[in-house]
Amino acid sequence: MTPARSPARIGVIVFPGSNDDRDLARGFALCGAQVEMIWHKDARLPELDGIGIPGGFSYGDYLRCGAMARFSPVMRAVLQLAAAGRPVLGVCNGFQILCEAGLLPGALVRNRELLFVCQDTRISVEERGLIRAELAPGQELVIPVKHGEGAYVPDPERKPRVAFRYVGGSPNGSTDDIAGIVNDAGNVLGLMPHPEHAVEALLGSTDGARLLRSFLAACVALRETR
Amino acid sequence: MKNDPEVTLELARAHGLSEHEAKLVFEILGRKPTYPELGIFSVMWSEHCSYKSSKKLLATLPTTGRCVIQGPGENAGVVDIGDGWVCVFKIESHNHPSYIEPHAGAATGVGGILRDIFTMGARPLASLDSLRFGSLDDPKQRFLMRGVVAGVGSYGNCFGCATVGGELTFHPRYGRNILVNAMNIGIARADAIFLAKAAGVGNPVIYVGSKTGRDGIHGASLLASSEFDEHTEAMRPTVQLGDPFTEKLLLEACLEAMRTGAIVGIQDMGAAGLTCSSFEMASHSGTGIEMDLDRVPQREPDMTPYELLLSESQERMLLVAEAGREQEILDVFLKWDLDAALVGRVTSDGRMRVRWHGETVVDIPVDPVAANSPVYERPRVRPADFAARQRLDLEALPVEADPSGALLALLGSPNLCSRQWVYRQYDQLVQSSTVLRPGGDAAVVRVPETERGLALKTDCNPRYCAQDPYLGAAHAVAEAARNVAVTGARPLAATDCLNFGSPERPECMWEFAEAIRGIGDACRALGVPIVSGNVSFYNETAGEGAIPPTPTIGMVGLLEDVSRAVPAAFRAAGDAVLLLGETLPELGASEYLAVRHGLERGAPPALDLAAEKRLQELLVDAASRGLLRSAHDCSEGGAAIALAECGIRAGLGVEAALPELRGRPELALFSESASRAIISCTLGAAAELLALARTHGVPAARIGSTGGDRIHVEPGVDVSLAEAHDVWARTLPEALG
Repeated sequence: MTPARSPARIGVIVFPGSNDDRDLARGFALCGAQVEMIWHKDARLPELDGIGIPGGFSYGDYLRCGAMARFSPVMRAVLQLAAAGRPVLGVCNGFQILCEAGLLPGALVRNRELLFVCQDTRISVEERGLIRAELAPGQELVIPVKHGEGAYVPDPERKPRVAFRYVGGSPNGSTDDIAGIVNDAGNVLGLMPHPEHAVEALLGSTDGARLLRSFLAACVALRETR
Repeated sequence: MKNDPEVTLELARAHGLSEHEAKLVFEILGRKPTYPELGIFSVMWSEHCSYKSSKKLLATLPTTGRCVIQGPGENAGVVDIGDGWVCVFKIESHNHPSYIEPHAGAATGVGGILRDIFTMGARPLASLDSLRFGSLDDPKQRFLMRGVVAGVGSYGNCFGCATVGGELTFHPRYGRNILVNAMNIGIARADAIFLAKAAGVGNPVIYVGSKTGRDGIHGASLLASSEFDEHTEAMRPTVQLGDPFTEKLLLEACLEAMRTGAIVGIQDMGAAGLTCSSFEMASHSGTGIEMDLDRVPQREPDMTPYELLLSESQERMLLVAEAGREQEILDVFLKWDLDAALVGRVTSDGRMRVRWHGETVVDIPVDPVAANSPVYERPRVRPADFAARQRLDLEALPVEADPSGALLALLGSPNLCSRQWVYRQYDQLVQSSTVLRPGGDAAVVRVPETERGLALKTDCNPRYCAQDPYLGAAHAVAEAARNVAVTGARPLAATDCLNFGSPERPECMWEFAEAIRGIGDACRALGVPIVSGNVSFYNETAGEGAIPPTPTIGMVGLLEDVSRAVPAAFRAAGDAVLLLGETLPELGASEYLAVRHGLERGAPPALDLAAEKRLQELLVDAASRGLLRSAHDCSEGGAAIALAECGIRAGLGVEAALPELRGRPELALFSESASRAIISCTLGAAAELLALARTHGVPAARIGSTGGDRIHVEPGVDVSLAEAHDVWARTLPEALG
């Protein structure tokens, strides 16, 4: 019998205007994590195995999406944690914030049709970085998107490591149908689809839970190597 | 105040008061009103705020029932949904602002209804929007629609409340006066509901939220309470500007402040802003308020008392706290970076006293302005052509020679085609509660932390109401309840948004009275009380006539077990398809008649409310037994369209034969007889369902099976599923790009 591992301790950052913060926390909790909500003004983090940056409209997204949130006091601590190799997941507005903060290359711009889009998408798994337990290359997942500025544009100097690609065309005009990317170290993952909105069959799909569980598995595995 | 204009009868008339009302103001005060006082009377006695033309008729609606905790009169209605949880809900119009400035008008409509819900202590869980435009062929309407949909989406998406349903209708009579009705439901604990009270003499009155600016002044009194004319464009400054980000902060701050236990009462500042909220709170509690306008947070310098009292700047609340605990409240709002200021105290003398730079600028008794405002019984006249409108000679219509062509024409028509272009712009998912998303009959959301679900729907067929407002309004209630029942939910209670023309025209007032009678009869028969709502008169443009009477009904139903929610679309090939209810030869006011023959004539379908009730009970019973794979009501376009929709949404074909009717295919296929539904079930469950229908006294027949790649419906319809889907899906994207 393998000894029971203690659950991954995950911090979910709450910015003013975060909307999917409680959804992401709930998704992680359903997948077995111990979750703490972290107020954006907290400059010091509790002991955490990983960080989730939720979707929503931080600061109303009245400037560029995520452009204000990167200056929140908590972001310095997030940068340190990421540099220390701990897993960081950014979903939607969280992905935008990770790009603005320089943790991931490239940027997210207005959707091709200039309209907000909310619908299920099919994405295929490519480079998994450290977040791999239940994800296999080529595997397809059904996960919804909901965003107005989700078209990924790569940094011309830094070719992104593509983690997920939309299957059958992107809903937003993303370059090469890119839906999500990982950093070079493989511990920072950002994606536009919302895995936390695909964790219950009753609400449509459970494919997002595979992704969240993979993230938590990476958190626990890395904790054990520390 | 030295720069205020001289108050005269003429100025009072220019403020929208009648001569009688203006004289009454002088009488109540025993003196000439100050300029700010005149402003207060003009907004508080406006049709929008006082309900002066509708109050007597609204009083005839059923508003009580076992589930009702709070009926009309508060910010929203409250119903018990079990286990100590309540649902707080209301629908409200934002029609004129949305025509003048579609994006901002629609957005602030959503913002206003959200505040109505969280003012009561509930967290908003789901929104619906009922939208009516003129002809889709008209570029102006497409401009308005793009703006309205983007406005609804931008506010709800940023605020973080899912938009899960609603409706969309096109009719030329909305061309100069579109309708934007927004509904919201929120969830709270039964013992944590907050009301608009200013109780406890000496308690502090606290202003929270955004600063007050010069936007929206006279939105309620002039913009909402008169018809459009050639000066309408100049009223754009009366439209408020919304800031959903601030509203999101206000929500979190209000809910946090409420948890301190220090709040006595709270009211949002919507129509007529600071004036309406303070008067209503004092009036509800039989108290008075004294207020210092200098303390009101202000967006710009040199605002006058008149402007501060009448501004409709958004994202503001007024609350009364327990004396001595004001700091606790202020601290919460400061944490959320919002303004919060102590602006006054509750008094015992039933008067509103407002000071500015040390000078008393308002001193008037509360009750004559609020609770005892003037009430009218307006003259009502049945339109002269009413009887003629009802006549439709079916025999004179050609027999439909191309039923397949007719089906495709209907599927692609603006009123029946796919609404995906609209709802994909809305976040349907935030808060992880949406079990049945938009596109079906009612949406279903899970009540957080429970296994219960709420089914939500708005409904009104304006063509029916134009032909016969009594029957049309009754149909709106019946269809909204049926849409909820097909998901397996028991209809619980409703909210109404009554959109009409000018109450000063006797024909319009007759339409209104008839609609109220229809709503009342249907609500009583189906056991659903009206717990909240809104009246929007003056939906007309000088010289161009009024909108069709549009009493939009927002219905809430309860599912004990949300995992049993029944979707509208077919589920699997090889299932049995049944038609519930009876089809009569009814094409009056139908979509078929309008699309195929360009006719809007005849009486709406008959409505047997007892039969309707039996059908709904059958649907709820069958769903709770887990017998239904899908259920979809038959309404606009009839049974053939219902069958096609079930197939298209599922990507499954259907093979069915509808009961023959007088040898005319269009009657069997497109009759809009009420109280019917298309259901599917496993082959094994069909016999049990038919038996259950018999015990409920509902006519039922197996008419076919699911599967294949064609929509084949006898008599005479046989089209490929792909073509039907394409025709249905492309209309809005092609028109709106």
